[in-house]
Amino acid sequence: MDRTVDNKFTAPGEVSPGVIDSVKKTERLKIRTRLKRSYRQIRTESVFKRTLVFMGLLMILLVFGIMLTLIIESIPSMKAQGIGYLWGKTWDPVRDVFGAFPFLLGTLLTSFLALFISVPFSISIAIFLGEYYPKGWLSNFLRNVVELIAAVPSVIYGFWGLAVLVPIVRSFETKIGVEPAGVGIFTAALILAVMIIPYAASLGRSIIQMVPSSLKEGAYALGATRWEVIRSVILPYTKSGLFAGILLSLGRALGETMAVTMVIGNTSLIPKSIFAPGNTMASVIANEFTEADHPIYLSALIELGLVLFLVTVIINMLGNRIIKRFINE
Amino acid sequence: MKKNFNNPKNLIVAVVLFINLCLISCGNGGNSSGAGSDSTASAGSEDNTLLGAGSTFDNPLFSKMFSEYNKTTGLRVNYQSIGSGGGILQLTNKTVDFGASDAPVNSKQDSGLSSPVVHIPVTAGAVVISYNLAEVKDTLLLTPEVLADIFLGKITKWNDPKIAAINKGVKLPSATIVVTHRSEGSGTTNIFTTYLSKVNEDWNKKVGKGSSVNWPAGLGGKGNEGVAGSIKQTPGAIGYIELAYAIQNNMAYAKVQNKAHNFITPSIASVTAAANIQIPADGKVSLTNTDAADGYPISGLSWVLIYQEQKYKSRSLDRATKMVKLISWMIHDGQQYSAPLNYAPLSPAAVSVGDTILKTVTYDGKPIL
Repeated sequence: MDRTVDNKFTAPGEVSPGVIDSVKKTERLKIRTRLKRSYRQIRTESVFKRTLVFMGLLMILLVFGIMLTLIIESIPSMKAQGIGYLWGKTWDPVRDVFGAFPFLLGTLLTSFLALFISVPFSISIAIFLGEYYPKGWLSNFLRNVVELIAAVPSVIYGFWGLAVLVPIVRSFETKIGVEPAGVGIFTAALILAVMIIPYAASLGRSIIQMVPSSLKEGAYALGATRWEVIRSVILPYTKSGLFAGILLSLGRALGETMAVTMVIGNTSLIPKSIFAPGNTMASVIANEFTEADHPIYLSALIELGLVLFLVTVIINMLGNRIIKRFINE
Repeated sequence: MKKNFNNPKNLIVAVVLFINLCLISCGNGGNSSGAGSDSTASAGSEDNTLLGAGSTFDNPLFSKMFSEYNKTTGLRVNYQSIGSGGGILQLTNKTVDFGASDAPVNSKQDSGLSSPVVHIPVTAGAVVISYNLAEVKDTLLLTPEVLADIFLGKITKWNDPKIAAINKGVKLPSATIVVTHRSEGSGTTNIFTTYLSKVNEDWNKKVGKGSSVNWPAGLGGKGNEGVAGSIKQTPGAIGYIELAYAIQNNMAYAKVQNKAHNFITPSIASVTAAANIQIPADGKVSLTNTDAADGYPISGLSWVLIYQEQKYKSRSLDRATKMVKLISWMIHDGQQYSAPLNYAPLSPAAVSVGDTILKTVTYDGKPIL
């Protein structure tokens, strides 16, 4: 049995006895180099894979490390304040009474208000760039401008807000008859809204461009207008992607610090309306960390960081749930 | 092809280098906040550099002083303006040679220190009350009671009878008072709230003093520029800012009544005057509401903090001597740089107390100077 196989294998080589040797040699050499190459390939493959796994693990390690540090560092404050920290309404570093509620409220109010303001703009830009003008100089120009919005440092937004937006809001507040402070939750939300537009817009644009043209052409063939195609083909198809972009924007809004702290009014009192001054968790940490001069105060600020971390995690988890449900539909 | 095969290896080398870098920097981070500071200290002593950290208020003055001192002696000083609280923390961890603070070490911070720390007064500053009243041409006068009531949110209109009573003949508008304060923890806030706690019982009970407090009223602006911007933009605003910042930016500021019932315009001279009082031997004195007849009442000292016993960790006598000499220069010859930068030079009383304190600094039990 083995012989026949062997014979078959060497059959093409058996032309003339003199040639056989040299052919065998070159053949063997070829096989050897081939083997060498595949060993190297295998090694490269495994090294590359290991690098990827390592990078992934490093990220997980980093996130859990951060969380662990936050938890450990905030233990003194947890012991002192208990769970009442979350709904305590007073933040008094002099008397060591710490309640995060005004800042938790401020963070959620500014972020969701900003999202509410920015979504119509970001979705419009996404549709405009994705469906109406996917190519051409105007499209390129607009796309670059939108991306530039994300590249401007947030302190610039803060100064712009303070110098330009605050006086406008103040005169608006005078007109509608609320206390004309100019700074406050509303102004902060406006600044945030501008800052987060690019995230939802650029993700939305690339997703809208990915809608199969057969679907759109089918709808056009049935006599649908452009608006009808957008409403009943593109939007349903890209729902989950658009939502993911909005979630990305929200994440950015929750953590934004510098621009917010410059225009929000920074008061520890609970805001009475959206025009009242308030404060956010990130802004309080940035403001008070350097001069937190006793351990329990420092710990309370770190606990604020932990709360912000958890809020972000919870919102992301809820968001992913919603995206999954969209996909299942 | 060959190049492609090598690429992942290069990648790994890069990754390993990167991680090493991380570990090294983490190690340093540990040093600066933790125990093992030997390396930092010894490395510093070799290249003739002293390390300091603390008050942001002191930073412009210190930069000038240290660069001048470097020209004559060649000694370099690396000062990080991370805030007074941070400076005290770094000194507690023994990662710097000296700290600088606008507030003396408090009892909570003191418990963390392993050995006594001395306070050497190095400069003085003041907090001014700035306001935005376009209609009012005269300088506004304020008494401690009125000031406290405004910041407590009790007085809410500019034409309140209490304000009108001290500013006779001034036509005050009926505008709402918009109170502005610092949003971040700061030595300026500490001086201002210390003053209010001293002069007003109600403030002392409700709010108290500190580098950040629970403000009963008003808006927070970030930094001097945030508060100043807010005051400039908002009609009817009032807020407190550093004297130097107010002078440089031509802001209107009020005369405040001092303990001797004189209304004093804040200036470098009136701050130095406020400091010309009996200063206790440990140098820890608040310049707010002092007895000085022509002193501005909302003034404050800034201190350099060092350990009284300089032999700790692996410090050399040479390093300790260099530092004490530097501080001695700062409170004598260095004072000439104060006034041009709008800092108040130390009063003679403060300098002599500083000298006495520096003489008590020892190395291995023996005085350095």
